[in-house]
Amino acid sequence: MQTNQLLAMFSGSLLLLGLIAYLLGRSKAVRVRASGASMYSQPDQYAWFTVLSTAGPALAVGAVASILMLSLGAEVSPLYLLIGCLLVACIGLVVGIQMVRPSFHARQAIESVIRFILAGAALISIFTTLGILVSIIFEAIRFFQMQNFWDFITGTTWNPGASFLEAAGRGKEGASAAQFGSVPLFAGTFMITFIAMLVAIPVGLLAAIYMAEFAPARIRTIAKPVLEVLAGIPTVVYGFFAAITVAPIIVGIAGFFGLEASFNNALAPGIVMGIMIIPFISSLSDDVINSVPDSMRQGALALGLTKGEMIRDIVVPAALPGIISASLLAVSRALGETMIVVMAAGMRPNLTANPLEDMTTVTVRIVAALTGDQEFASAETLSAFALGLVLFVVTLALNLVSVMMIRRFREKYRVNNL
Amino acid sequence: MNMKVTPRGEHAMKQDQPGQPVTRNDDANHDLSIRVRDLDLWYGDFHALKSINMDLYSKNVTALIGPSGCGKSTFLRCLNRMNDLIPSVRIDGLVEMDGRDVNEPKMDEVALRRRVGMVFQKPNPFPKSIYENIIYAPKMHDLVSRKADQDELVERALRDAGLWEEVKDKLHQPGTSLSGGQQQRLCIARAIAVQPDVILMDEPTSALDPISTATIEDLMDKLKKQYTIITVTHNMQQAARVADYTAFFHLGEVVEYNDTKTMFSTPATKKAEDYITGRYG
Amino acid sequence: MPKSFDDISAQLRARHRKSARLKWISMGALGLAALFLVLFFADMLVKGLPAFQQAQIQVEVDYSEETSKMPLKAVDRDMSRLVSRGFLRLIPGRMEDNPDLLGTKKMEWVTATAEVDQYLKGHYSRLKDDQKAIVDQLVDEGRAELRFNSTFFTSGDSKMAELSGIASAAMGTVLTLLVTLAVSFPIGVMTAVYLEEFAPDNRFTQLIEININNLAAIPSILFGLLGLAVFIGFFGMPRSSPLVGGMTLALMTLPVIIIATRTALRSVPDSIRHAAFGVGCSRWQMVRDHVLPIALPGIMTGSIIGLAQAMGETAPLIIVGMVAFIPDVSASLSDAATVLPAQIFTWAGEPERAFIEKTSGGILVLLAVLITLNATAVVLRKKFERRW
Repeated sequence: MQTNQLLAMFSGSLLLLGLIAYLLGRSKAVRVRASGASMYSQPDQYAWFTVLSTAGPALAVGAVASILMLSLGAEVSPLYLLIGCLLVACIGLVVGIQMVRPSFHARQAIESVIRFILAGAALISIFTTLGILVSIIFEAIRFFQMQNFWDFITGTTWNPGASFLEAAGRGKEGASAAQFGSVPLFAGTFMITFIAMLVAIPVGLLAAIYMAEFAPARIRTIAKPVLEVLAGIPTVVYGFFAAITVAPIIVGIAGFFGLEASFNNALAPGIVMGIMIIPFISSLSDDVINSVPDSMRQGALALGLTKGEMIRDIVVPAALPGIISASLLAVSRALGETMIVVMAAGMRPNLTANPLEDMTTVTVRIVAALTGDQEFASAETLSAFALGLVLFVVTLALNLVSVMMIRRFREKYRVNNL
Repeated sequence: MNMKVTPRGEHAMKQDQPGQPVTRNDDANHDLSIRVRDLDLWYGDFHALKSINMDLYSKNVTALIGPSGCGKSTFLRCLNRMNDLIPSVRIDGLVEMDGRDVNEPKMDEVALRRRVGMVFQKPNPFPKSIYENIIYAPKMHDLVSRKADQDELVERALRDAGLWEEVKDKLHQPGTSLSGGQQQRLCIARAIAVQPDVILMDEPTSALDPISTATIEDLMDKLKKQYTIITVTHNMQQAARVADYTAFFHLGEVVEYNDTKTMFSTPATKKAEDYITGRYG
Repeated sequence: MPKSFDDISAQLRARHRKSARLKWISMGALGLAALFLVLFFADMLVKGLPAFQQAQIQVEVDYSEETSKMPLKAVDRDMSRLVSRGFLRLIPGRMEDNPDLLGTKKMEWVTATAEVDQYLKGHYSRLKDDQKAIVDQLVDEGRAELRFNSTFFTSGDSKMAELSGIASAAMGTVLTLLVTLAVSFPIGVMTAVYLEEFAPDNRFTQLIEININNLAAIPSILFGLLGLAVFIGFFGMPRSSPLVGGMTLALMTLPVIIIATRTALRSVPDSIRHAAFGVGCSRWQMVRDHVLPIALPGIMTGSIIGLAQAMGETAPLIIVGMVAFIPDVSASLSDAATVLPAQIFTWAGEPERAFIEKTSGGILVLLAVLITLNATAVVLRKKFERRW
């Protein structure tokens, strides 16, 4: 734990230096003030400024140097780095104390440093997206150097089993070559997503219609949070429920009708995922339906339409962009859902239209590729990143379209709470 | 207070009491369309309409005027039971149309609204094409089925609403693409397309510019040949220009109901006189 | 010409029926969702509640010289098949610690095997008929019963169902969430403060905003790929550790906290800001002393909800290797660890019937914690809700 000790020493001495800086800065400011000079800022602010000038540069040097060392692999002893950083801190301390003069605006200096730090925090979200993108693309490129991109997109056989032989340099000999045709994975993903939407969109939309148009206020205030509970249940729990409870029921029902169903059938994870997604659709649709102006409803009723006709022909069409937007978000959610399918769907890539058979999905294969005992550089492991890249692109596109549609709805009816 | 129903054709006298039959307007039609007796309405505890008595005559324009909050819009919405949409409302009294009490349990409010159409303060075209805006309700009511009949109905409604020339080339553009005044005329066209008996108008011109207002006032004058029009307005000049009869509402009561000429030249009550001459309101 | 009311009503009858149908169907949809919720919880309770009980049997333990070498001989041969191996294995150790035990025989209540446990609970059990007869006899003599299963809460994972518990996973969850909170709370709040109070409205700010909304909708598994490639692959942090898991979840929770904090900041009326400026506060002083304290309940509520979300998350943690088999409770941030949902996932993959019960038991604990967290958030919001 050499690194840990160094880290502890570093933060310990930095804290100590910071404390010294605070006390020195403050006492100097108090002294200057006592001598009768009028200062721009309070003694505390000068003190804090000295602390910043001590710790800031030292931390920055330390962080930049560590990252450089990691990425360039340069071998500098961490001990030298530690000493270097502390030296920077001492210089900062001296400079900071020098700056404690009546004419210096310590408050403004602190203010601009704080603004800088806050902006830095805001950048982290950008770095996260970039990090996801870069790490996925980088590894995906390595995968496509080994495997043909076109075969990946159009191939119908996913059989990564033999890839470790290739990694071991025996690709040409004997055993059949590994194949990475992703079509069956996407077919499985879309099948399960489709089943989920078949459950979630009608139930979610109708529940939203009931809550927004029919339900008395009391039921509404109860029903909304109850539905939200569905979204709060962890996906691993849904996965267990789908595998242990729902799948056997489906096999039983299928057997009753003389059909043969796999215990890893696509129907069970699809239905359970649909139930999980109901609140996404109902909650957003409810908001959208509620922001359809009342004048539309009155206009329809005043023409002698029944309430049902008003909802079907006026309210729902008016809310349609919002409903579609909610559905797109739900689709994106279903495509990326992992635990339910890992636990309840099959492992076997299977190109079929029968939801009673077992099928696998993109996310299942990502998990399978990364939890096996594979070497990191093997084609199978890297295939996870190629699949992840496709997943990223598809969900990003769905999210963007969804945001655009909701914005159009918002502008049309000038609602601000969506 | 006189609650007796005045027999038709009997010459009524000018009176101070609200809810009485009114001075005969000799230019107007005198068939009874809606009869209101002892109508009270509460929003929760608030007594919003107090014992309203009125006879509303068919194929006339009747204007309801009065300061804001006086109950004129609430009264209008009693006539096609739009107040049903507000949960805390309680209504007592008689609103009789075609020999039936519109508030009786057996009355189907959808059927009532089919015969008593309404145009609102702010134009509210549906988010559909102009054509669809008009043909939608008649299709639901089974008034037309053949495409040719539909086209004819749309044209007739738009012509009656004075909008045909302006929109005949863009029937399939969204109704919301029209200007405010055009939108309001579209809403009127939409209302007359279902061939109602009565059209209620709730301050139909208050959101419009003067030119559109003038167009719609002309339209009301034309439409009263076929329909009974009851309009709420805060604009007394408008009432004077378009209405055959005018009722003055104040604090939930009808203070005076008279033929328009009388109302604006020699009002019977002090309150109406004050309001009309602009002392308050 | 206009028809009478009766004619129109007659015509309307079918349309009214249709309208009523929509009402009933939509009500049914809501009912269906609620019904599912009820069935789900009932199913979990039925499956999971027995996990909080464990069969114990009373046997005579023979602490002889021979036992210390071959602990399986400590109890009668018939009984030794019914007693958990985990107990027997500990005997030599206990004898070393306590030499007085040598040569004594004692009647003791000990943990039974999972098969006995399942048999007593009336589930399918692989016990042979003669063993079942013995168990039945023990029950009659009052020497076998179901007791509260404290092991479930005090021990870590085990290959033996009767000895496995959630303690190590619970510890892993706590450590991971501490890291998550330590990283995402300050960064999230600072980002939100920057965007709401400091940032100029330019392209860059808009980019950050769009990016945050997008981040909230990216599938969680992709965060796992990021953690694997960057934290483990690039920075060389220890695989399977709460540190890596916590940081991965922190990036996922970040958008939730940012969005909640922004909403909370936005609900602070501008008059407060103007007043603070009016008494000569700098922008940062205004935020620190006046805006943040008012927005704090909202920020806390959002953070709790984000934390609850992170707590139930499994997929990214599997990718960074937090599905390890952890028998002992460890409080280190850099050791391999597992978390509650990952423990549930591992148990769900075990073939024995007894583990289904453990899985459901773990789920009940997880759900109870999540419901408590969310309820706290709701109460907090209700309590501090202010209308300006």
